Amino acid sequence: MLMEELRGVYYILLKDLKAYYFKPPNISWGILFPLVLALAFSLRNPAGLTELAPGLIAMAAVFGTTSMEAIVITFERRTGALERLFLAPISMKSILAGKILGGAVFGAMISGVMTVISMIVFKMRIQSPIWFSISLALTLLTLSSLGSLVAVSVKEVFEAQTLSNYFRFPMIFLCGVFIPVETMPLPLQAIAYLLPLTYSVDALKNTILGTTNLSVLMLDIFILCGFLITLFVFSHKLLKRSVK
Amino acid sequence: MEKVIAAWNLTKEYDGLLAVDHVSFEVNRGEVFGFLGPNGAGKTSTIRMLVGLTEPSEGSASVAGYDIRKEIVEVKRRVGVVPETSNLYDELSVWDNLLFSSRLYHVPKRERAYRIHNLLETFNLEDRRNTKFGKLSKGLKRRVVIAAALVHQPEIVFMDEPTSGLDVVSARSLRRLVGELRAEDTTVFLTTHYIEEADQLSDRVAIIVKGKIVTIDSPEKIKQSIRGVPVIDVLLSHEPEESTVKELEAVGAVERQGRRVRIEVEEVTEAIESLIRIATRSGILIEDIATIRPNLEEAFVNLTGVSSDVMKTEKEGRRS
Repeated sequence: MLMEELRGVYYILLKDLKAYYFKPPNISWGILFPLVLALAFSLRNPAGLTELAPGLIAMAAVFGTTSMEAIVITFERRTGALERLFLAPISMKSILAGKILGGAVFGAMISGVMTVISMIVFKMRIQSPIWFSISLALTLLTLSSLGSLVAVSVKEVFEAQTLSNYFRFPMIFLCGVFIPVETMPLPLQAIAYLLPLTYSVDALKNTILGTTNLSVLMLDIFILCGFLITLFVFSHKLLKRSVK
Repeated sequence: MEKVIAAWNLTKEYDGLLAVDHVSFEVNRGEVFGFLGPNGAGKTSTIRMLVGLTEPSEGSASVAGYDIRKEIVEVKRRVGVVPETSNLYDELSVWDNLLFSSRLYHVPKRERAYRIHNLLETFNLEDRRNTKFGKLSKGLKRRVVIAAALVHQPEIVFMDEPTSGLDVVSARSLRRLVGELRAEDTTVFLTTHYIEEADQLSDRVAIIVKGKIVTIDSPEKIKQSIRGVPVIDVLLSHEPEESTVKELEAVGAVERQGRRVRIEVEEVTEAIESLIRIATRSGILIEDIATIRPNLEEAFVNLTGVSSDVMKTEKEGRRS
């Protein structure tokens, strides 16, 4: 039974990657987006890019995970293709997990390109590669779950895009991508600590620079896990409600 | 007869409106069960409850021996669904779509290619195996959707308005397929608003209007229950004189329209013999003669009070 559910997750992931994510325009966008981002920041401040790299990787993860996934889910819902999945003998949790993994894999491609650019061109060194990989994977899954929550909350593709931006842009400016959270006014800090990207940027920064102890990193990971579970549960509830 | 579907007081309410109102019925293994009714009658809502796409507001049902409320995953394993819209994945090829369906329904890996090949052959889709679903015509898309519903060899196939919007040739081949499924002992639950389709294909028909089942029986019995009086339609060589009409009225109630005469009779053979006698005596030739028995359309109108024109209008509307 569990194996059937896991296989269902895997097949939905494969189908989504083939049908939507790994299309030539998306792959080229996935390569160009981090390249342009890195180029823009390196022209402005060539010396500071290594410091900015964790934020840029997180930013690539934000756009990589949420941009396509919200479209995929709302599009499938609109065409009735999502309903096909509901007809299959697998649980709705597995369907949702497959969808979230699709967004996470696409996000991994974009943030992976950003990481490689940072390492090759800007000589960034990752001090704790294993913890970095765990933090990035958790970031991708959490942000992808956020993308799925947005997608299941709306009916139209354009609504998904608009609603995504309500989360994406505040996260980019408030969560330590460009400006350290500690230097922001207190009310903004309070908002920042309610957003998952704050903990992602912190975890990525610390694993790349090796500037923290394990307990702080564990706290970031623990909070990210909390966000992941909460977002998954809410997405599942909304998805389930849509077939009541 | 083994019952493969049994519904008890199945009810679905959307925002205070009863889409399906306490319907109860049973479907036997291997039969084609037609669910006939105008748009908005509750046909699709009933199917959606039976296949687990929506929960009943009240009542319950068992499908393939499993409770739809408690064991819906087991139900889903055993049913194939052909939805009203062709909702496969435009960006995937015909082969990939069928492969995805076979994987989702846990078809063993070693059997997948064999089954897909067979389905492509059955549905004349071999030369389209690498064509993207989105590039197919409406009729071809419909065939792929049906193939996808059959890839896991379900016990019961639910078809929601399967010929809606199809050209005549595709609709005919689909109807032939329903016959083949029945021959293989697969149960087919078919919703349609095409009265003649329900008449031709179904072993039994349930007529549903405004969420309530009006009648369930074989098309023949439904027709018989409405009006037992057959009608003889005669085309005469020329318009009959009043004296001849009077003689004809002794055979049955007469309805005249120029040379055409319709007579409601008790017994067809005797009436035809009388007609021939009267015509010969009056020097009139019978150019054409036909017996009209009550059809399902009349039965439908009689039972539901819904004009058959409403159904026809829906049909035209959907085709355009």
